[in-house]
Amino acid sequence: MSIVVVGLNHKTAPVEVREKLSFPEATVPQALKKLMSYGGVKESIILSTCNRVEIYAVVEESAKGVEQIKRFISEYHGLSPEILEKSLYVRPDAEGARHAFRVASSLDSLVVGEPQILGQLKDAFDIALKTKTTSTVMNKLLKKAISVAKRVRTETRLAEGAVNISFAAVELARKIFNSLEEKSVMLLGAGEMAELAARHLLNNGVQTIMVANRTFERAVELANEFRGSAVRFEDFPAEMVMADILICSTGAPNYVVRQEMVSKVMKERRHKPIFMIDISVPRNIDPACDRIDNVYLYNVDDLQGVVNTNVQGRQQEAEKAEEIVRQEVETYLQWERSLDAVPTIVDLREKIEELRRKELDKTLGQLDGVSDDHRRALDLMSQAIVNKILHAPLVVLKQAAANPEGGDVISIARKIFNLDKELKKPAHIHARSLGETSNKSE
Amino acid sequence: MNLLFFYAAMGVYAVSAAGYVTYFVKPERKRVADIALWTTFLAFLCHFIYFILRWTEGGRIPVTNFFEAINALGMGIILVFLVMELRYRIPALGTFMLPLVLVLMAPAAILSGRLEGLNPILKSAWLGIHTSLAVLGDAAFAFSFIVSVMYLIQERQLKHKHLGAIFHRLPSLDVMDTIGYRALSIGWPLFTLGMVTGSIWAETAWGTYWSWDPKETWSLIVWAIYLILLHLRTIGWRGRKMAWMSIVGFSFVLLSFYVVSRTAVGKHSF
Repeated sequence: MSIVVVGLNHKTAPVEVREKLSFPEATVPQALKKLMSYGGVKESIILSTCNRVEIYAVVEESAKGVEQIKRFISEYHGLSPEILEKSLYVRPDAEGARHAFRVASSLDSLVVGEPQILGQLKDAFDIALKTKTTSTVMNKLLKKAISVAKRVRTETRLAEGAVNISFAAVELARKIFNSLEEKSVMLLGAGEMAELAARHLLNNGVQTIMVANRTFERAVELANEFRGSAVRFEDFPAEMVMADILICSTGAPNYVVRQEMVSKVMKERRHKPIFMIDISVPRNIDPACDRIDNVYLYNVDDLQGVVNTNVQGRQQEAEKAEEIVRQEVETYLQWERSLDAVPTIVDLREKIEELRRKELDKTLGQLDGVSDDHRRALDLMSQAIVNKILHAPLVVLKQAAANPEGGDVISIARKIFNLDKELKKPAHIHARSLGETSNKSE
Repeated sequence: MNLLFFYAAMGVYAVSAAGYVTYFVKPERKRVADIALWTTFLAFLCHFIYFILRWTEGGRIPVTNFFEAINALGMGIILVFLVMELRYRIPALGTFMLPLVLVLMAPAAILSGRLEGLNPILKSAWLGIHTSLAVLGDAAFAFSFIVSVMYLIQERQLKHKHLGAIFHRLPSLDVMDTIGYRALSIGWPLFTLGMVTGSIWAETAWGTYWSWDPKETWSLIVWAIYLILLHLRTIGWRGRKMAWMSIVGFSFVLLSFYVVSRTAVGKHSF
């Protein structure tokens, strides 16, 4: 049994490829069920955001499991395996755990330290939980990933310096419009990222905001929140004349804002510049719009170019975060090892046998004139005691190995019998021994 | 002695230009830009003293030959730059403006500053009025030209999504579009008045308002280009197209100044 991560992100694939492979949220449960029908896949989670599409899975055997997952992706999206091969990466076993922790901590993000990814990962986990495609290993991995992310957030300043997409959008808007006051923003669709970007623009002086959404109620709700006005979705091309900044994230599978529409709008607004931000994957604004004069169209990838401030300070914080990830991967792997009952049984037997041998030798060494018969009898007796004591724990461990919830039992056993490392001395003993040494030195 | 002020002005302009370029390369050195502004003031002062000294020496406003004309043009451009810089505080303007002035005035530095006699019929108050209006108009066109070049660089970066270091140094498109247009909307009326006063002066001197002398014809072309530009602006042309038109307009100004005045034979030949 092992973990594998198969996926692609902003570093390995351009937005055109990512949008072809994305799983819209509503289709994820279906996709998960389909994936589980492939042989050898025991647990799975699908994470699909604008910047990455990744499948986290527990498979019986890494190499075979990876093949199955790749086959699933290519069959599900109807793409040839050759195209996938170029952009997909595979992270098996320990690498997979490390990858999960790095993604959760936003170390692998387009904008390192941006906070959204953790929420997206939690959502992906939730969907998988509801679809019941996760079990012991994935649950542990994801919970651990979330706690690692929290550790990184509290122990490093990675998130603090993070300049996310919204900041980039504000910076660009400033280079186009100078002052954002008296500028209007139109939100087309109501994604979380779009909301965040709109909030930043409002904080930076934008005063009017219009919200258009397919479900008008949602538009009204958001508009109220921003003290803006709601626009019916079919009216947005007419209202766009008033918008200086357009933030688009409708989740539609095709272009919602088309070139001829924008040409017409530009004529009506007498060619006043318009800044369009397309945060949707697949894209919702026709890239051809960028060719129109005074239109500045940026998609998620383009915004990356803007984010290059404060790189050095964040480099240090990123190194601290990597160190945290390294530690946590270690403890996770320890847990994962414990999942396997056989090594635990072997460890346990060896440990007790070693104790028995030591004590037996000590006792025999202290006795004079012991005959070989006596020696054998003592040996047998100590063996019998050990076997009797170990009988119940070994039975429980063997049962646990067959049970998916058995991981906890095994890890408790390792703790009780101290199989992983030397026990720390209790605090008071430690203190006393320290006291003694300091007395001596006086 | 007088020329000393001229060379001092040129030298200190060069220092200012170096300061502004340094600021552009290392924008964290905000003080360099402040110092460059002060040295520009200082250089302008020298330049102005030179202008006055020459005026008193020659007994007429020094704008009657090529050397004096480009000298006056350079002074006009710096004046427009200083006014705009004080108003808008965009040190990046200096990075482009000061080198332009040095290039435009370079021929003056190698020409002789010798005073030449003037046809007595031209000695009139109109000489000062006509030339200073025309020079200020040209200076405003030069300002608009520089801002247009900066606009096109910034626009290109935004369109190509390749935001280099320059992106952060240059002001916003909106600011450049606005101040470029503002310079034109002041410069064009000044230029128009320059042409009107010139033709009144021609009438008093030669008895004819307009005589299709080559310089007059070129000026009419320049005037028409900027008129069309300003008109198109009112019907919604802006940004890149405006910037290109302004660049075309100014290249005609340069032709008129550096080629037509020098080569063509007419009343403006010097």
